[in-house]
Amino acid sequence: MKGNEALAEAAIRAGCRCYFGYPITPQTEIAAYMAKRMPKEGRVFLQAESEIAAINMVLGAASAGVRAMTSSSSPGISLKSEGVSYIAGSDLPCVIINVQRGGPGLGGIQPSQSDYWQATKALGHGDFQLLVYAPSSVQEMVDMVIKAFDNADKYRMPAMILADGLLGQMMEPVSFPEIQNNQTYKPWATNGHGNKRPHNIINSLFLQADQLEKLNFERFKRYEIVKEECPEAETYMTEDADIIVAAYGAVARIAKSAVHRAREMGIKAGLVRPITLWPFPSEIIKKSTENAKSILVTEMSMGQMVDDIKLAVECKIPVHFYGRTGGVVPTPDEVLNEIKKLGGAQ
Amino acid sequence: MAVVFEKPKSLIDTAMHYCPGCTHGIIHRLICEVIDEMGIEGDTIGVCPVGCSVMAYDYFACDMIEAPHGRAPAVATGVKRALPDKYVFTYQGDGDLAAIGTAETVHSATRGENIVVIFVNNTIYGMTGGQMAPTTIPGQITQTTPYGRDTKTAGFPVKICEMLSALDGVALAQRTSVDSVPHIRETKNAIRKAFDNQKNNRGFSIVEILSTCPTNWGLTPVESMERLRTECIPYFPLGVYKDITETEEKK
Ligand SMILES: Cc1ncc(C[n+]2csc(CCOP(=O)(O)OP(=O)(O)O)c2C)c(N)n1
Ligand code: SF4
Ligand SMILES: [Mg+2]
Repeated sequence: MKGNEALAEAAIRAGCRCYFGYPITPQTEIAAYMAKRMPKEGRVFLQAESEIAAINMVLGAASAGVRAMTSSSSPGISLKSEGVSYIAGSDLPCVIINVQRGGPGLGGIQPSQSDYWQATKALGHGDFQLLVYAPSSVQEMVDMVIKAFDNADKYRMPAMILADGLLGQMMEPVSFPEIQNNQTYKPWATNGHGNKRPHNIINSLFLQADQLEKLNFERFKRYEIVKEECPEAETYMTEDADIIVAAYGAVARIAKSAVHRAREMGIKAGLVRPITLWPFPSEIIKKSTENAKSILVTEMSMGQMVDDIKLAVECKIPVHFYGRTGGVVPTPDEVLNEIKKLGGAQ
Repeated sequence: MAVVFEKPKSLIDTAMHYCPGCTHGIIHRLICEVIDEMGIEGDTIGVCPVGCSVMAYDYFACDMIEAPHGRAPAVATGVKRALPDKYVFTYQGDGDLAAIGTAETVHSATRGENIVVIFVNNTIYGMTGGQMAPTTIPGQITQTTPYGRDTKTAGFPVKICEMLSALDGVALAQRTSVDSVPHIRETKNAIRKAFDNQKNNRGFSIVEILSTCPTNWGLTPVESMERLRTECIPYFPLGVYKDITETEEKK
C-alpha cells in the first residue's frame, strides 16, 4: 500500500471521525482516500477553503470531543500554525500530518525534512509543544497514526506525524493491527451539556497574567510526564560502534544501508534513529553513543536536528553533519563516503 | 406579585464587561431568549471569536468555545459536522467576520453550513480601541482614519448581507438594528428564524445587527442610538436580503 493511503486507512481505524484538508502535493492521496472512505463509514470528510479553515474545523471537532485530523505539506502547515497554537492553548487533542516537501517559500514538491525546527520548536506562538512522530516505513505510518490519536487524547495535546514525500509515495506491504478501543471519555468536551452538567468552555484566553502562567506551568508539568513516557528511538549495531549515524524518517533507511556496507568494509558503524522528535529521545541517544568516537547526523535539511543530538550527547563527542536539501535525497553511497571519511580519520 | 420581566435562564447572572450603553448586552439577551423559548440550552454550542465579545463564554450558559480571530465559522463547521444534532451559533464582530475572517464567512455560507451566525456590526474595531473596520462608513473618524474614512485610499465598506444573499447556500440573510423597541423585536424574530432554520436543516443563516460602540464612537449612549438611526441604517439598509422560507412559501 502507498504510505499516504495506509496512513489514511489507519486513521479511520483509529477512530478518526472528522477529516478536514486542503489539496497540496505530496500528501493529496490522504485527502483523496478520506474522501472515498469517510462518507461510507458515516464520518466527515470536508475539503476546506484553506489550511487555516481546515485546522480551525479540527479545533471545532476536537472541542466537540471527537477524534479529528488534518493533513498537509510544508507551506500548508505554516498556515495552520495559528490554529495549532490555539489548539495547544485550549488543551485539545488532534492529529496533524505533515508530508514534508522542500522549502522555504513555495520550495519544491520533492521530499524534505526541513520542517524539523517548525515541528519540534515553533509550530506557532506561545509556550507549547506537540508530540512529533517520525515514521520511517509505511508500516510505521500506520502504527504511529494510531499511537498519535491515543496519546493526543491521553495527554490532551496535538500530535503530529512528520513524514516526507518519500514515505508518502512509497509502496510497502502493511498489516493493520486490531484496535480494541478507539474512543476516549472526554468530560471536558463542548458537546452540549444537556442540562446535566455545568457548561464547558474551550478557551485559550486568560487576561490575568498569573492565571495564564499557572496554566502554562501546569501544561509543562504534563509535558514532563510526556517526556518520561513517550520518547522512542531505534538503535542498530550501536554497542561496539565507533561511528554512529543519527537519522530519522526515510533517511534512516538510507543511513542503515550505509551502515551495513560500512560494516562489510570493516568500519564499526551503527545507527540511532529518533522515532519521537518531541519528546526527543535524548537518554536513548546518550546511552547508545556512550562508547562511540563520533556521530554523523544525516538529514534532508541543512542540519536542523544537529543541535538536539549535540545536547543529547552533551557535546562529549564530535557531532558531524551531512545533509541534502531542497528535495534532494542523499544516497547510501554519499552517506557511506562520509562514514569512511570519519572512520578513516580515527 | 406577577413576574413580568426576567433574565433569560441561559444568560448567566453576572456583571458584564461591556461599556455603558453598548448594545452587545441587548444582543446577548435576545439570543438567550430564543434559546430559552426553544428549550435548547443543553443542546447548543456557541462560538465566540476575538473581539469585544471574546469573553461571552462567561455569559452564555450553554457550552462555549473561544475561537481565533475570524475563524468562528470554521470552528462552528467542525462542531456542527461532528455533532449534526446540536445547535451551533457564532457571535462575531465586523472586523472579525468581514475582514480577517472573510474567507471563512463566505465559504461556510456557500457550503450552506447549517449554523447560525450573529454578526454584530458596530462599524469599528471595538476591542482594540477604535480602528477602522471593513464596515466603517465613508467619512467616519476612527483611530486609523483620523481624517475620516477616505474611500480613495481606504476603499468602501463591505456590505455583508447584500454579498451573502447572492450565495445559494444561504437560507437567511437579514439586517436588523437595536436602536428602538420595534427594531429590537425584529432582531429577536430574525434570530428565532435563524435558529428555526437550523432546526429544519435549511442551511446558513446570518443576522447582521447594527450595534453601537459609544466608547470608540466618542458619543454618549443616547447619541450612539441616534447615530444608528441617522448614519448607520441609511448606509446599511435594514431588511431581509434573502429568506428561502419566503420563496418556498411563494412556490
Ligand atoms: C490574529 C489577530 N489579529 C489581531 C488581533 C487583535 N484584535 C483583537 S479584537 C480585534 C478587532 C475586533 O473588532 P470586531 O470584530 O469588529 O469586534 P468588536 O470588538 O468591535 O465587537 C482585533 C484586530 C487578534 N486578536 N488576533
Ligand atoms: S469598546 Fe465598544 S463594542 Fe466594545 S464593549 Fe465598549 S462600547 Fe461595546
Ligand atoms: Mg466591531
